[in-house]
Amino acid sequence: MEKQDHLDLYHQMVLIRRVEERAAELYQQGKIGGFLHLYIGQEAVSTGLIAARQPQDRVITAYRDHGVALNVGIPADLVMAELLGKATGISKGRGGSMHMADVEKNFWGGHAIVGAHLPIAAGMALGDQYSENDGVTICMFGDGATNIGFFHEGVNLSKVWDLPVLWVCENNQYGMGTTIERASAVSEIRQKAEGYGIPNERVDGMDVMAVRAATLKALEYIRSGKGPYFLEIMTYRYRGHSMGDPERYRESGEVKKWQENDPIGIYRVYLGKEKIAKENQLDAIDERVDEEVQAAVQFAESSPEPELEELFADVYAK
Amino acid sequence: MSKQITMREAISQAIWEEMERDEKVFIMGEEVGVWGGTYAVTKGFYDHFGPKRVRDTPIAEAAIVGGGIGAAMVGLRPIAELMTINFAFVAMNHIVNEAAKMRYMFGGQMSVPLVIRAVGGGGRQLGATHSQTPDAIFAHFPGLKVVAPGTPYDAKGLLKSAIRSDDPVMFIEHATLYQTRGEVPEGEYTVPIGKSKIQRPGRDVTIVTYSKMLDVSMKAAEQLAKEGIEAEIVDLRTLRPLDMEPVLESFRRTNRAVIVEEGWRSYGIGSEISARIYEGAFDYVDAPIKRVAQTEVPLPYNRALEQSALPHAEDIIQAVKEVL
Ligand SMILES: Cc1ncc(C[n+]2csc(CCOP(=O)(O)OP(=O)(O)O)c2C)c(N)n1
Ligand SMILES: [Mg+2]
Repeated sequence: MEKQDHLDLYHQMVLIRRVEERAAELYQQGKIGGFLHLYIGQEAVSTGLIAARQPQDRVITAYRDHGVALNVGIPADLVMAELLGKATGISKGRGGSMHMADVEKNFWGGHAIVGAHLPIAAGMALGDQYSENDGVTICMFGDGATNIGFFHEGVNLSKVWDLPVLWVCENNQYGMGTTIERASAVSEIRQKAEGYGIPNERVDGMDVMAVRAATLKALEYIRSGKGPYFLEIMTYRYRGHSMGDPERYRESGEVKKWQENDPIGIYRVYLGKEKIAKENQLDAIDERVDEEVQAAVQFAESSPEPELEELFADVYAK
Repeated sequence: MSKQITMREAISQAIWEEMERDEKVFIMGEEVGVWGGTYAVTKGFYDHFGPKRVRDTPIAEAAIVGGGIGAAMVGLRPIAELMTINFAFVAMNHIVNEAAKMRYMFGGQMSVPLVIRAVGGGGRQLGATHSQTPDAIFAHFPGLKVVAPGTPYDAKGLLKSAIRSDDPVMFIEHATLYQTRGEVPEGEYTVPIGKSKIQRPGRDVTIVTYSKMLDVSMKAAEQLAKEGIEAEIVDLRTLRPLDMEPVLESFRRTNRAVIVEEGWRSYGIGSEISARIYEGAFDYVDAPIKRVAQTEVPLPYNRALEQSALPHAEDIIQAVKEVL
């Protein structure tokens, strides 16, 4: 990795963090409606994954999707505009927080029905296998999603047909307020992949370099035609499940403990120790991000609402 | 003695009281326990009744409904909570092919005394997959009862009847009604399933509606009253079995009808009710029956767009004026 690549990754992680913080404020001010699921604490996961993919690799995820959206390069302006439901948003204001996508960047969306996108990911991988493309479909989902039938059907099929798909479980240890232990027969999620005969690995999701390295290895395996691979990435969400979560299910001490293991902090230390970047360089990136986010909010706020006729657009192909 | 309480409290009280009355009644679903229900309906239940009777489940709707069916078949009275009605599609096989068929298909040997509680409705900017009002779909299947109350009184009384019913009941709540207040008796009462009710008397036009749209229709009726138009409002309360008697009786007096539902128009509640009015009271028809319903698009996130797709009091007022 070149120095600039590292600085880019650092920039992406800080950008996600700040966009999410601003989104929370805008939600509180009533400018964002509906459900808002923040990615704060999990930034290293999507950042490490996307850093390892090739342009032909597709990515699909659940509703906690702002991180991936920024990683694949959707400008913060368009993410923010979507959050505000504006015509300039990446989904034209029709999708909102849970439904960002940019097909040109091979990002196939945030999907709001838990687990529903796993069989879809298998199908996308089938498309590439069928057409003899060498792309891999990277499918991200939560720990909670591994308990629904969709997960098992999609994962099983991927192995039966040796589909080029990378399954990525973002294990943040809760599905809403329910801990893994209370919802999953095995708390080590990778054992589920083991059950389907799929090679798998548990990864430290607070360390962006570890996520990137594991993803590179997995993608190489899949691209060589050997079939699916499964990563269980250990992480934690600092904020509630979505805005308005009373968080009665966990102690604040638990959150603090994880915050001491912050993915951005860990990366900063790494960059310093490896003499890749100096403190002041990283501070300069932080400042640049603040300006970027400020500009994104301004762009979003001054963007027009969709025209009322937009209501009828895209129901069918025409 | 009666008291003003919210819809949320009414539903919560019904479950609580039935759990106190019959230890075979229990509730299971996502976040019903430790969290207290994502809509706070089961707040305090976990501490009072404990984890045996207030069961947090994995995110697994087919197991929630399927498990509920099995437990019901062997003598329990489960309340299976679906976090929202949109997730009922994940459990559709169990609702349609299992719960609704079990008694009939096995010659009456089995019962499925299961209540599936599910909250639906649009208007909260939750986007296309989380904002649906698919009530009509569930009312399509013989063997499944479908209840959708519009007032706290009916919600409490109907939910008690649903829990005591020996057949599966889909009990549909509306997310924007939980704060609605209404009079509820302090003592024990039930409301029978399968009975429509006139919620507002009037001589000029019959509005047929239910659930959230009852509220909206009431507001429309108040406006209309200021212009001297008296609308009678019939609340279906139960979508299956459907009680047409109060609707037909009202229509024979007013000779005009507007049917109001939040879901999409095509193949909807309005289609069914208007067909039945034509079948049952054709000689009394003085004007084509009108339907007010949701614009036929998936609901968008943008607030203004979403609102423009949902039925409002103004749409009802306009429809009433067209039939008069
Ligand atoms: C089929 C379905 N059931 C329930 C929900 C409600 N719901 C949304 S997110 C969520 C928790 C998911 O947890 P997890 O998969 O661990 O993802 P995380 O939120 O932790 O990222 C639930 C129950 C849903 N969206 N879809
Ligand atoms: Mg989780």
